Amino acid sequence: MSLLTVDELTVTFGGRGRKESRAVDGISFEVDQGQVVGLVGESGCGKSVTSLALMGLLPSKGLTIGGRAEFDGTDLFTMSPSARRDLRGSEMAMIFQDPLSSLNPVVPIGVQVTEILERHRGMKGEAARKEAAHLLDRVGIPDPTRRLKEYPHQLSGGMRQRALIAMAVACAPRLLIADEPTTALDVTIQAQILELLKELVDQEGTALLMITHDLGVVAGLCDQVNVLYAGKVVESAGRRELFAHPTHPYAHGLLGSIPRLDAPRGEPLNPIRGSINDRIAWADGCAFAPRCDRYEMGCLTGTPQLGEPRAAGHQVRCVNPVLDDAKAEEVPA
Amino acid sequence: MAVATKSEKIQRLAELTAVSETSTGASLWREAFRRLKSSKMAIVGAVIIVAFVLVAVVGPFLAPYSPSAQTWRNEVFPNQGKFVGARDGNWFGLDHLGRDLFSRMLVGARQTLLVGIVATLIGLVAGFLIGIVSGAAATLGGDTGRRVDSVIMRFIDMMLALPSLLLAVSIAAVMGQSLTTVMIAVGVVQVPVFARLLRGSMLAQGNADYVLAAQSLGVRKRRIVLSQILPNSLSPVIVQATLSLATAIIEAAALSYLGLGNPDPAIPEWGVMLAQAQRFFSYAPAMAVYPAVGIIITALGFTLLGEAMREALDPKLRG
Amino acid sequence: MLRLVVRRLLQLIPTLLGLSVLLFLWLDRLPGGPASAILGERATEAEVARINRALGLDQPIYVQYWRFLKRIFQGDLGTSVQTGQPVTDEFFLRFPATVELSLLAMLIAVAIGIPLGYLAARKRGGWLDVGAVSGSLVGICIPVFFLGLILKEVLAVKLGFFPSYGRMDTGINATDVTGFAVLDGVLTGEFDASWNAIHHLILPAVTLASIPLAVIVRMTRASVLEVQDEDYVRTAQAKGLKSSVVRGRHVLRNALLPVITSVGLLTGSLLSGAVLTESVFSFNGIGNFIKTSIDGRDYPVLVGFIMFIAMVYVLINLLVDLAYSIIDPRVRVH
Repeated sequence: MSLLTVDELTVTFGGRGRKESRAVDGISFEVDQGQVVGLVGESGCGKSVTSLALMGLLPSKGLTIGGRAEFDGTDLFTMSPSARRDLRGSEMAMIFQDPLSSLNPVVPIGVQVTEILERHRGMKGEAARKEAAHLLDRVGIPDPTRRLKEYPHQLSGGMRQRALIAMAVACAPRLLIADEPTTALDVTIQAQILELLKELVDQEGTALLMITHDLGVVAGLCDQVNVLYAGKVVESAGRRELFAHPTHPYAHGLLGSIPRLDAPRGEPLNPIRGSINDRIAWADGCAFAPRCDRYEMGCLTGTPQLGEPRAAGHQVRCVNPVLDDAKAEEVPA
Repeated sequence: MAVATKSEKIQRLAELTAVSETSTGASLWREAFRRLKSSKMAIVGAVIIVAFVLVAVVGPFLAPYSPSAQTWRNEVFPNQGKFVGARDGNWFGLDHLGRDLFSRMLVGARQTLLVGIVATLIGLVAGFLIGIVSGAAATLGGDTGRRVDSVIMRFIDMMLALPSLLLAVSIAAVMGQSLTTVMIAVGVVQVPVFARLLRGSMLAQGNADYVLAAQSLGVRKRRIVLSQILPNSLSPVIVQATLSLATAIIEAAALSYLGLGNPDPAIPEWGVMLAQAQRFFSYAPAMAVYPAVGIIITALGFTLLGEAMREALDPKLRG
Repeated sequence: MLRLVVRRLLQLIPTLLGLSVLLFLWLDRLPGGPASAILGERATEAEVARINRALGLDQPIYVQYWRFLKRIFQGDLGTSVQTGQPVTDEFFLRFPATVELSLLAMLIAVAIGIPLGYLAARKRGGWLDVGAVSGSLVGICIPVFFLGLILKEVLAVKLGFFPSYGRMDTGINATDVTGFAVLDGVLTGEFDASWNAIHHLILPAVTLASIPLAVIVRMTRASVLEVQDEDYVRTAQAKGLKSSVVRGRHVLRNALLPVITSVGLLTGSLLSGAVLTESVFSFNGIGNFIKTSIDGRDYPVLVGFIMFIAMVYVLINLLVDLAYSIIDPRVRVH
């Protein structure tokens, strides 16, 4: 059985006077022990909302969550708030996008690490401080004892993200959710952070749910990839299968839009035209149709369903999928 | 199924996208105004202000009696604590000199509004000029500009170091007792507030990328300040001006209490009326309560509208 | 830290110098000029002429200013027209009373304002929030002296819960040690004197607290609402911390920073309010003396007191800045 099973998750914001908006529109996926699963898509596709809904960190005002999310066999959404709080930080932990704003500016790093040890592991005083230093050391922060006394603004961007990772892994969680953990960092630091995450997953057998828009991250880290568009999974496949045969026009376009260093000079780039705001409601057809080169009349009547047009286990939500491999070969595997 | 033509496909797509299209990009001010209209605070404030302005404009014509005529002088004996309360013909009763309080309230509304508006205008105009010079110097003036700005700011700090009431008292002491004095004194107190606000706002805008972009395109500095930085720095100043109308009316009342208000009995003003009434508060509380309630409600109207504007213009709340 | 203090103290010099120029020019512009400012309006022409000569008014204005400045540095601010005593003595005689009053008022404003603003933000849109917000809006709009008048009339005169004027009842035996009536009572063991002084302080302090209270409630509320949505609060929740820890360590500690700054700035309005409040309650502090000096055109007192008050204001804001730099590590010099 999977560690995390998400089944038809929907998240709707709305409430008094405001127009309802559905940020997540029936997403299903699974994460196994020790597996790295990616949720990929551009901003606004619902990937961050999904992660926050799983952690129970969305503001409750005007929020409606539908579907199920089972963690280790218990439904997260029917759990009591206090049971959920016990789970957070110990069994499931999260790493956020912007390490500077995600750390409390007026509390020393040490306190921000030890508070989680006090809460979930019952450690106190010197023991907690020792363990905190050990954790910082483990995520590659030099001179950890001194760093404990410092404040977030005294650390570099990479160090801050390492500190956040130290907090996340402090209680050896079984599931780690990373929401664009490298977006705010320099490219060289990005690689180091990804390396660190990979190492932790390999050593501890932690399951990792990786939220990203960066296909490079997916290629380097993920076992299974879910491509999201406008709140729905449009393609789901293993990493190799996806990179070899992107089948939904959106996924195909995403991979095709990566500039290649070995491309001849002057060759035009291949962007996907428009933005995620150019979309139609899923109920009326395929939300991607306005930006799609392949759309037909059939794309504009009723929600397209997930199918397996190419191979078993490779799910695609498209009426007119890209099955022409000759074209896909241009894309690096 | 017949193969659809290209135009049919585009037609169908256009229909579907038209429905799901999100709100059109309205301008900042129009958007703020739309939010203002849906704010309860703004509506209550606006209603109060409209009512007050209406009274100020037509009040003097509606007053049943002269505000200065001591018509019922022989019925009131302040020394013996004998006053006349509300009765037929004198709906608010009489003051300590036998004048009709209702008429004085009606006529006084105009003076009160005048004090508020003139004082705020003085503070706004002077503060605006200082603020814009300081702000422009600090953002685009280079080293010299920063020095100019720092000199101006020291001066502003100095004005702020004087408690507002004492600053007003000092000015009033030089100029003597009159309504003009009160307006100038209260207005001068607002100068540093406006100057700092505009400068701070311009400084924040001066660091914005669009200013850098305009500079890199070679746009003249004066033009950048006037057409780029300034329009984007105005909203806190406009909010403050609304709030200032309330503070000015209250401060004017305080100056009157300190004996620096307008002594002319022919033109009653709520602050002066309140200040005069406090001596007789034990015997005739109504004499103080009417002008006080008038001041409080009016100030509340401007404050509510100002606060609602602040919320409507807050970029963080803009969604 | 020390460098910061020194730098800030040096910054005060131009401010205070400029202020002295302003006050000098002000004295010069007063109706009747400095002579009548010193002698009062009842001075005869001969006296005015004598004073003018004695003050060296025939000399250039910068020489006059230099003398004025020298006198200030020697602590000589002239004598009060009303009492004939040196202005400096008059100030320090009354200063403790105003400090006591202002401290209690600030204490009330902070002790009620911060929890109220915090709770209002937590239950945004609830009855407490609506009540706190509308209460603070009305609070800002009530003229301070009118509020004092009502409180005095109802609670002191009509109901007799509190004394209606003064710092202490006349019959009370109190030894003066520091000038702070409450503190003196504690120091000398005359606790009934302390209690009596506190009893006299309550109504004026409540009156004086009205504006700072309203401001602090609104500041705290706005600040908490803003901090609640910060990423680091979400991080704290993601750690599964107890909500008391999330609120105390992560929300409140950050939310209070701007409130602390506003407390410093509020001392200015507190001193303005003290003039009105002390006069309503005939409370013998510097505020009340300023009111009687305005009435009696006692200009040396006004000049001297304004100078002192500006210094007090500037020093308090310096202290608040320093306190801020201790609490907020980002401001700290490193």
